[in-house]
Amino acid sequence: MKIDLSKPILDRNERMAAENRALFDEHGVFVLDLLASPGAGKTSTILATIGALRERYRIAVIEGDIASDVDAQKIKAHGVPAVQINTGGACHLESDMIRRAVDALEITEIDLLIIENVGNLVCPTDFDLGEHAKVMILSVPEGHDKPYKYPNIFGRAEAVILNKYDTMPVFDFDEAEFRDVVRRLNATVPVFPMSATRGQGVEAWAEWLAARIEAQRAAATR
Amino acid sequence: MHEMGIVSGILTASVDAAARQNATAINEIRIRVGELTEIVDDALYFAFEALTPGTLAEGATLVVEHVPGRSKCVECGTTFNHGRFDVECVGCGSYFCEMVEGRELEIESIDIDLPDEPDTGETP
Ligand SMILES: Nc1nc2c(ncn2[C@@H]2O[C@H](COP(=O)(O)OP(=O)(O)OP(=O)(O)O)[C@@H](O)[C@H]2O)c(=O)[nH]1
Ligand SMILES: [Mg+2]
Ligand SMILES: [Zn+2]
Repeated sequence: MKIDLSKPILDRNERMAAENRALFDEHGVFVLDLLASPGAGKTSTILATIGALRERYRIAVIEGDIASDVDAQKIKAHGVPAVQINTGGACHLESDMIRRAVDALEITEIDLLIIENVGNLVCPTDFDLGEHAKVMILSVPEGHDKPYKYPNIFGRAEAVILNKYDTMPVFDFDEAEFRDVVRRLNATVPVFPMSATRGQGVEAWAEWLAARIEAQRAAATR
Repeated sequence: MHEMGIVSGILTASVDAAARQNATAINEIRIRVGELTEIVDDALYFAFEALTPGTLAEGATLVVEHVPGRSKCVECGTTFNHGRFDVECVGCGSYFCEMVEGRELEIESIDIDLPDEPDTGETP
């Protein structure tokens, strides 16, 4: 006998993600999910973003890593609330992990919640966490042809940060070709060249993010 | 690669649904996978082989149906199929398109044996 199920396989994750999003919206929290390879500069970008926006928004951070809490410690050292999630080997974060992390934060005191996802360009893209935007960081040393190898993440991101831009002179990174492939995967996505550790290009990225946060707020109060 | 987790999700949902019907076995599990997800078929089959023994789905066939990317143009309303690259409206050339299909990860159906319905080896 055949039984129709028509049920999402990630049903549990998707339901919890929807709950998370409802909770974030209720408290006016904008949630950013940052995706990148290991070492591309996620933590550095978060620190730079904190520097640029901390006067305007109350920021908190969720750090996802397979092990250790060094990234959360780096954030806390700047006086910003941070919670570490250790996935214990899992290659991506799921929405119930986010929920537990949020429970450890003061949600009423957050305007912008930044999630550093596990360093991985494949798995996190299929998992909704309840975020408002997924943003992808590619660093120059990884090469301009990355989008050919990991098209999905470039296709889904709402913005792409091209980090470690200061290292351009030592790598054969073809920026024109990079921008062209990214456009073919995601026609309207903005690309922000940036040096997170040196501050170059941070302002343009931070302004985009602030505009995105304000747009979300406007939509919420409509 | 998270196919193990995906397949264990498929199995939990299938076995639950089968058990609710008092099924004696699951013969087939049919899933729909969008072509714009990161799922790799071989990894699915591998995980399925590894996880089914000792469950109601032991010996069952996993059928994977691929759903191509499909978007609707925000400007002119045309709906069209596409791959990962160059998602551009075939009607008006606009890039402002909303994806309507291609990211599915869905259990479509299961085929089970009931106690009073011996397995004929055929699915009607
Ligand atoms: N030259 C240069 N180095 C950078 C830049 N951004 C980050 N780095 C360096 O790259 C290394 C990794 O940076 P992180 O910010 O820790 O990267 P991450 O993506 O958070 O790394 P994981 O959490 O370990 O995956 C550090 O040594 C940073 O100093 C940049 O813009 N330019
Ligand atoms: Mg980090
Ligand atoms: Zn059109």
